[in-house]
Amino acid sequence: MLTDEEKKEILEEVEHYPSPSVACIDALKIVQHHRGWVSDEAVKDISEMLMMSNEEADSVATFYSRIHRKPVGRNVILICDSISCMIMGYGSLYDYLSEKLGVKFGETTPDGRFTLLPVSCLGDCDHAPAMMINNDHFNNLSTEKIEDILNSYK
Amino acid sequence: MTKHIRPGTPPLNLTEYIRVGGYDSVGKALKEMAPADVTSLVKASNLLGRGGAGFPTGVKWSLVPMDKECLKPKYLVCNADEMEPGAFKDRYLLEGNPHQLIAGMIIAAYAVQAEKAYIFLRWAYKKAEVILNKAIDEAYEAGYLGKNILGSGFDLDLHVHSSAGRYICGEETALLTSLEGKRGIPRAKPPFPANSGLFGKPTVVNNVETLSWISHIVENGADWFKSLSLTGTGGTKLYGVSGRVKNPGIWELPLGTTIRELLEEHAGGMIDGYRFRGLLPGGASTDFLTEMHLDVKMDFSTVGTAGSRMGTGTMIILDDRTCPVAFIHNIEKFFALESCGWCTPCREGLPWVEKMLASIEEGTGKMEYLDILKFHTKYLAPGNTFCAHAPGAAEPLQSGLNYFYDDFVKHITEKKCPWR
Repeated sequence: MLTDEEKKEILEEVEHYPSPSVACIDALKIVQHHRGWVSDEAVKDISEMLMMSNEEADSVATFYSRIHRKPVGRNVILICDSISCMIMGYGSLYDYLSEKLGVKFGETTPDGRFTLLPVSCLGDCDHAPAMMINNDHFNNLSTEKIEDILNSYK
Repeated sequence: MTKHIRPGTPPLNLTEYIRVGGYDSVGKALKEMAPADVTSLVKASNLLGRGGAGFPTGVKWSLVPMDKECLKPKYLVCNADEMEPGAFKDRYLLEGNPHQLIAGMIIAAYAVQAEKAYIFLRWAYKKAEVILNKAIDEAYEAGYLGKNILGSGFDLDLHVHSSAGRYICGEETALLTSLEGKRGIPRAKPPFPANSGLFGKPTVVNNVETLSWISHIVENGADWFKSLSLTGTGGTKLYGVSGRVKNPGIWELPLGTTIRELLEEHAGGMIDGYRFRGLLPGGASTDFLTEMHLDVKMDFSTVGTAGSRMGTGTMIILDDRTCPVAFIHNIEKFFALESCGWCTPCREGLPWVEKMLASIEEGTGKMEYLDILKFHTKYLAPGNTFCAHAPGAAEPLQSGLNYFYDDFVKHITEKKCPWR
């Protein structure tokens, strides 16, 4: 069941488009904003609300990389693995984070604090290497800097 | 174009931007010029699309039907889905001067008589999203957006759509499909978006940097704009450099500035201990250039003559301590992952290319892989695929195989990566 708040936010997006199903991507993002990820059940609820088939909504939900279809931790770390960050040492950054958190890409720490994921270019190439945690950008990263950054996410 | 951008400080708000004359051109266009005159002016300026393809903006606008019976509403869409690896120029404009973009969009929408406009924004640009929405609210409040703008009788609604992340959505027809709330898959052309675009209606899609120019061209004229470039193409360009250089960054310089000037003067040359080996002039989907191309002027046609594309104008530098095979593997992995899966050569070909490159990099490659890779640069060429995604992926591969052939062979004969 979509919450009243989720429904209200989705309807606000629907207003900007000629028909409800156009807001499908916005709706998926709204649900993810509230729940961290989008379950099969949530996709079904969205499809009913936007008057589209469940399959159609599911095809959209599985296409976009920033829609999580599995539960994630309280904080999602996205490390840029594209070319400029690779040149500037994304590899050692990943090794450090992976060892420190004890997880590989796609995994969540046992305490549910962090999920580690790769991400394509974040548009911060002149300050590489770069990463995001939740909605926050970080750049010119070094292992020392990451240590401090991680501490501010509980 | 970057005059009012001060990195590290908030962008000018509406009042401040009006005070520096930023919105004067909107009044001028909407009250003193006919829509066709605006299009003619932009055509005369020879403003080439700054998204990477370099298509003349005025020509694109002139393809939109203007008769009373044409399908309505017409749409203007700003492509702000910057996701080309190595590109970071649109972000600079979005965060640095949102009102410059909005003013340009109002004029562009007026020229083609679009009533509804969208900014299709890259999901990761959270700061830009906040900045744009605030600027749009200000513009509505002051009567620059909404009904009867400045008493001209022209109406325009503008909305920001933040994407959910796929590189292919930067392709203009995939962007439109995605904006319709579907999987972002490209469409066959023709029909071109000018006739059948968003929701099947006439639509113009322009890049952030392109639209950011419009108000200045209206204000200062076509001849002024043309005089800004070194090659007669028109205007300045946001150029960027990333990689192992002393001063990576972004600069607004005349179109036609040489690669050498960008690399040595603005980016400060290579970091001590690193030697230059090559570069991709305009993002991951452009062909390599090498030392012999340093005096090439960075504009659309000259870079083309040198065997590459200017693309986004944001260069990625390959240094001597980075393995070229690993470099190219990283790029092809990106393109393989980001293929939308619609057409076979791209969906099946790119993962194969990626696996072969991984194998060569790991030291388990065979000499015949090089022929297969070379075959794929032809197999993935324009004409064989639905859109430009796979041909773009083939560019660094074909030129990389050409310029760094010995390095590929070394990986295979020594059965390891010499850089590890």
